[in-house]
Amino acid sequence: MAVASARLQNARRTRQAWSEKAATATLLLATGVGLVALVVLMATIVRDGVGVIDMAFIRNFASRIPERAGIWPPLVGTVYLMVLVTLISFPLGVGAAIYLEEFAPRNRLTRIVEMNIANLAAVPSIIYGLLGLAIFFRGMGFGRSILTGALTLSLLVLPVIIIAAREALRAVPGSIRTGAMALGATRWEAVYRQVLPVAMPGIMTGTILGLSRAIGETAPLLVAGAAAFVAFTPDNLLDAYSALPVQIFDWVRRPQPEFHALAAGAILVLLVVLLTMNAIAIVVRNRYGRKP
Amino acid sequence: MKIALAEPNERLGSFPSEATDSEPVFEARGLTVSYGDAVAVRDVNLDIGERRITALIGPSGCGKSTLIRCFNRMNDLIPSARVEGSITYRNEDLYSRSADPVEVRRLIGMVFQQPNPFPKSIYDNVAFGLKINRMTDDLDDRIEDALRNAALWDEVKGKLKSPATSLSGGQQQRLCIARALATEPDVILMDEPCSALDPIATTRIEDLMHSLKERYTIVIVTHNMQQAARVSDMTAFMSVQGSEDEGERPAGILIEYDATTTIFTTPSDPRTEDYITGRFG
Repeated sequence: MAVASARLQNARRTRQAWSEKAATATLLLATGVGLVALVVLMATIVRDGVGVIDMAFIRNFASRIPERAGIWPPLVGTVYLMVLVTLISFPLGVGAAIYLEEFAPRNRLTRIVEMNIANLAAVPSIIYGLLGLAIFFRGMGFGRSILTGALTLSLLVLPVIIIAAREALRAVPGSIRTGAMALGATRWEAVYRQVLPVAMPGIMTGTILGLSRAIGETAPLLVAGAAAFVAFTPDNLLDAYSALPVQIFDWVRRPQPEFHALAAGAILVLLVVLLTMNAIAIVVRNRYGRKP
Repeated sequence: MKIALAEPNERLGSFPSEATDSEPVFEARGLTVSYGDAVAVRDVNLDIGERRITALIGPSGCGKSTLIRCFNRMNDLIPSARVEGSITYRNEDLYSRSADPVEVRRLIGMVFQQPNPFPKSIYDNVAFGLKINRMTDDLDDRIEDALRNAALWDEVKGKLKSPATSLSGGQQQRLCIARALATEPDVILMDEPCSALDPIATTRIEDLMHSLKERYTIVIVTHNMQQAARVSDMTAFMSVQGSEDEGERPAGILIEYDATTTIFTTPSDPRTEDYITGRFG
């Protein structure tokens, strides 16, 4: 009897060990595929693109001659876009999140709004481009301007920011709200002075995610009127503009291999801009979070 | 004279002598609180005397916390909560349309079961209430006074800028008391303030309550009968009436309210006696 049960246990343990190994191997393989793909991608881009990057490439304007072509207008355009998108979408997104999480009555209307925001986050970005084209380009008459582009991208990142900010607000313990209100704080004072500072690191993480999505978007900008060939950097909100992804797209579809190298160079610059932005945001976030 | 809930006509206006010899701060009449369909507290009549410690005791689920939260309208924050009947605070209707719950909570401070300091510095924790109530003249002095009154000053005076969360649980709770005292309230409500603390920290809070009694009216909810016996002047015993088996919705009711010594030595209701002698609850 005892012997039989020991045998049974052994068999089971062997089977468990085997499935354990199989699972680990599968998961490792999955991680490996992703990692290898990323490394190959990066290596190719660095190999093709690093040679074209110099000061002239950064500072030059677009040109039909590959040796003279540079990315100054789209680089400036992308930086302006990011600043504008942050200015527009951060206050709107955080405001909407605070309303929905802290003030909105729990009724059917609120639930419908919440559901729609969740769905908006999954809408393909080209649809936002069409929306931008219809509302900002035509409806409001902003035309092929950087304002149209910024507003369009803001619509795109708003749902991401709202959802992330709500998660961050929800993670703040209720005892902080009740503690503040028990001292005679209004709901707004409790939220603004106690809840929001605690939630801020989480909100900023969500904003970084949203902006990172926006910085690489090409489709909505193409639809909403970004140009691939601008001979100047935008001076005001209604000026025409270009953006790095649009420039990359334009170069990639040309037949000459020289332009493909330029595209790889521009991708590297875009990556650097993106990583810089994330690094700044992470530093800001950590500093905010550390404050007692 | 005792309140016997079975005699509704008698209980109005007839309260234990020790409560009536000082002007009542709160007068609850026919107070019923429900959350949606569930009645938490039914038909409570209770007077809270000035500058006394009134303890609310009773088994879990008897509605002690619900009742104490009526006194500063914290129940307003729960969307499904409904309060019927009346509570007056110094002869003003607490739940009238003109009463501002924010002003109510400034006058009637509250300390919670779990110490809930803000994740800020010790200084900012006390300063918050002062700032939102625009009491920022002599801010530093006010903060020092509040911390002294909460018997915390000597332990934190050298590290006012360090995070409140670095304090021990007992210190955090005294910080929460200091925070509540800073805005110069009239009443302090304490909802099981020691249940998350060790015996030494508990003793310190109880000593503190004794000294605060000279200036403040205190209402405390406690699970701990020894604590009620040690600190309070008046004790209200609450219990749950009705059970699902009898086809009746259970609800918390006030069984007996009297001087603490009377409650713990010669209670008039057998249910009180059962509870304090440990035969029930």
